[in-house]
Amino acid sequence: MPKNDLQGTLDLLVLKTLSQLGELHGYGIALHIQRASDELLSVEEGSLYPALHRLEQGGWITAQWALTETKRRAKYYKLSVVGKKRLLQAEKDFETLVEGVRAILRYA
Amino acid sequence: MSICRRLLNLSKRSEIDAEIDAELKSHIEMRIDDNLADGMSPEDARRNAARRFGNRTLMKERVTGADAALALDSVWSDIRFASRYLAKNPGFAFTAIVVLALGMGTSIAIFAFIDTALIKPLPYKDPGRLVSIYETVPSCPLCNISYQNYLDWKKSDLPFSALEAWGWANYLIHTPEGTEPAHGTRVSDGFFRALGVTPVLGRDFYAGEDAPGAPRTILITYGAWQKRFGGSRDVIGRTITLSDIGYSVIGVLPKDFHFAPRGEAEFWAALNDPSDCDQRRGCHGLFGLGRLKDGTSLQTAVAALKTEASRLEKQHPDSNHGFSATAIPLTVAVLGNIQPVLLMLLSGAFLLLIIACTNVAGLLLVRSENRKREMALRSALGAAPARLFRQFATEALLLVLAGGGLGLGLAYMVVKLLIKLVPEDRIGGMPFLLTVGLSPQVLAFAGIIALVAGILFAVVPALCISRANLRRDLAEGDRGSAQSAWRRIGSKLTVLELASAVVLLVGAGLLGKSLYLLLHVDTGFETDHLATLRVAAPKAYADDNRLMVLERLIANRIGGLPGIKSASISANMPVRSWDGGTSIIVPGRPVTGQRNDIPERDVSSGYLTTLGASFVRGRGFSEAEDDPSKPRVVVINQTLAKQYFPGEDPVGKQLEYEGSHALMNIIGIVEDIKEGPLDAANRAAIYVPFNQDSSRSFVVVVRTSQDERTILPVLTAAIHEIDPGIAVSDAITMTDWINESGSAYLHRSAAWLVGGFAGLALLLSVVGLYGVIAYSVSRRTREIGIRMALGAERGSVYRMILRESTKLTAFGLGAGLLCSLGSSMLMRKLLFGTQAWDMPTLVLVSSALALSALMATYLPARRAASVNPVDALRAE
Repeated sequence: MPKNDLQGTLDLLVLKTLSQLGELHGYGIALHIQRASDELLSVEEGSLYPALHRLEQGGWITAQWALTETKRRAKYYKLSVVGKKRLLQAEKDFETLVEGVRAILRYA
Repeated sequence: MSICRRLLNLSKRSEIDAEIDAELKSHIEMRIDDNLADGMSPEDARRNAARRFGNRTLMKERVTGADAALALDSVWSDIRFASRYLAKNPGFAFTAIVVLALGMGTSIAIFAFIDTALIKPLPYKDPGRLVSIYETVPSCPLCNISYQNYLDWKKSDLPFSALEAWGWANYLIHTPEGTEPAHGTRVSDGFFRALGVTPVLGRDFYAGEDAPGAPRTILITYGAWQKRFGGSRDVIGRTITLSDIGYSVIGVLPKDFHFAPRGEAEFWAALNDPSDCDQRRGCHGLFGLGRLKDGTSLQTAVAALKTEASRLEKQHPDSNHGFSATAIPLTVAVLGNIQPVLLMLLSGAFLLLIIACTNVAGLLLVRSENRKREMALRSALGAAPARLFRQFATEALLLVLAGGGLGLGLAYMVVKLLIKLVPEDRIGGMPFLLTVGLSPQVLAFAGIIALVAGILFAVVPALCISRANLRRDLAEGDRGSAQSAWRRIGSKLTVLELASAVVLLVGAGLLGKSLYLLLHVDTGFETDHLATLRVAAPKAYADDNRLMVLERLIANRIGGLPGIKSASISANMPVRSWDGGTSIIVPGRPVTGQRNDIPERDVSSGYLTTLGASFVRGRGFSEAEDDPSKPRVVVINQTLAKQYFPGEDPVGKQLEYEGSHALMNIIGIVEDIKEGPLDAANRAAIYVPFNQDSSRSFVVVVRTSQDERTILPVLTAAIHEIDPGIAVSDAITMTDWINESGSAYLHRSAAWLVGGFAGLALLLSVVGLYGVIAYSVSRRTREIGIRMALGAERGSVYRMILRESTKLTAFGLGAGLLCSLGSSMLMRKLLFGTQAWDMPTLVLVSSALALSALMATYLPARRAASVNPVDALRAE
């Protein structure tokens, strides 16, 4: 069953970000989501991490410690092969959700 | 995969923790860097980063939660915390676990018996379709069948896929130790196929092997194979001599084979040696076994049997007059009288389990009451209610696991002990008991009660906490007012406990009284100083005259031994069973067409006086009259006199076996002797001279002037001195015989077991009450201090505490007495001579409970009364 909830949406954003930008740390993902959405989607940055760890547990992303440009140690995440499939599915689910919600909103 | 790595590294929790910490920290630092680059002051940059990130501790918790390995780890930490908590409160933990083990152990043990006895009692193929078949007359509703009738049934089209006959056989077997009796069974050839039992070695009987004159063949049990043939495989084809007749062994029955209606029997011979009885249609010496055809109901089969029986009755009016036939499920035939006992025991065990669980729940309530402050603190520090509940659940789980594990062990031991306590000759009738153990069903049952108990123990304290006002708890801490959850729930738990204990106590009291009455029932003879012994004479004594010589020799030889007052002989033991009897008529009276089946006892001349039976009128017969060549005489019992000769003097009148034309002169009336089970009503019976209807198996009954127990070996030796070829068995004193008779045994087991439950229940519930009162006193120390400081007398403090306990006891007692009326009605079948509302029992139980409750209150009440007001006020 597709997961049409907000948690699923956050997963989708993370996966999409990683598919667009390749390897990235949590802070970078947070920045990207904020910028790309024109600051519309601004959540507490910390709430990103449970999602990241859940995705890592699921095997959809992999993680590796590396140095940033400013020579800080950070945990970098990367989309796995299964993760790519998962992203396609998540995008489809999201479209269904949006269509569904929209249909209800238009219904008068 | 990473999860595997993490699971493997569970012990390195700190490492994973540090990794998460580092990741979150690097995020915040990068934000600070960016903020600084945007020109914020270091202070603002830090504050802004923290604000944007959110609650770092919470986030970390959530990240940890997302990590499966770490979630597992947090469960583990819960378990560690819970076990530390229990270890720090050893008194509490010990009490709770022991109480749980007791409650669960008894329930599991009793269930193990239920499981074997009621759920899978018969080790046969499709046992639900097996029925036990009987002929029936009004005086004997489930009676033996006649072989001739059986053969006719088999020829007619009855709805059985198998219809078999079996009968008892008692053999004499010569062993190096001498001649001994051996139990056997004679069966029709399809008997084992009907049960679905196949021999493990050799073959089953062929069809037609039960035709008269067929070769004498025999199947032996696994036990007999091991015991008598050393388990040797070449036993097939060997010949074994039983009662001087050679039988060829054709097979060995499976190890787990048993046939409860017969009990212990080593030899299973084909029914191809029709006895005198088998050849007479009017003689009923066998039992019937049938397997219902598929799709046939028991009712249809019974109706068909009845139709066939009435057809035979018309065809053979002389022998079959008044006889019908019926069938009951084999399980009912096997378990008839122990089923209600087992169900009652299960209910008793459940009550005990309820008491144990309420006791532990009460303890947990007290605990949680004391931990309100701890919980309030944890919750103020951000622990979610679910997280707190998980803590309770873990503690409950640990308690139940420990208690249940211990309970299982206890159940195992109880089962082994109970089986050992069952006398060997009783096991024969309940062979399925030998397989009692911790089967998967029993383990599942244990799991279910553990689950229910676990849920109860997790929910009760959680309820108490979640209803509590956290802020008040934090502020008041230990000084919680008396209006606590404890008072709301805890006291009700005590009432429940006390009520359950009352139900058990009343049950035990009634059963105990029944047992007492049963053992003191008027048997009609003097049961002390009587020793008995069963004797089986070999074939050499088949001639009536030789047997008479032997009988007189035994009576005179043993009667002359020192320490023996008199010796006599009877074909049957008293206090055994009422049999169908033989139909008699009073000559000269109009024939009513009704059968008058009267059990007959063949006894030697000295038997009635040896027993100490009292004659109401007339006399017993002399030794000279005990002779087949002399005119027939009979002594009747009082019931017969009242039934057949109301208002007349029977002495001098005559009786006649229906259809025999042999008249018997009534020479005396004896007071009723209890020939049947202790709990069965007396029936009309006749006593006729042994030698006028003798048999080679009989009982020697002697009256002793010294301890009858010491005479038993003397008796055996004396018989063997007369003829070593005579087999003797079952040497027992009359008192033991009566105390161990079936009905006494059943009543005694029930009374002891329920008594044990009741004792435990009383103990647990009184401890529970003590806990309630002691706890309430400890909570009210300050209040009591104030009262005393304001001038309350010690006596009034005593009264205050007593009032609380009396209220609980009264409620518990009242509810318990009401419930026990219901429960006693349910078990009234198991009572003997006792009503469900037996006043003395109810009064005794009530006073015992009230007294125990008073004692349980006394200690805490004394502590309350000896409170020093100054100390009490200062302590807060």
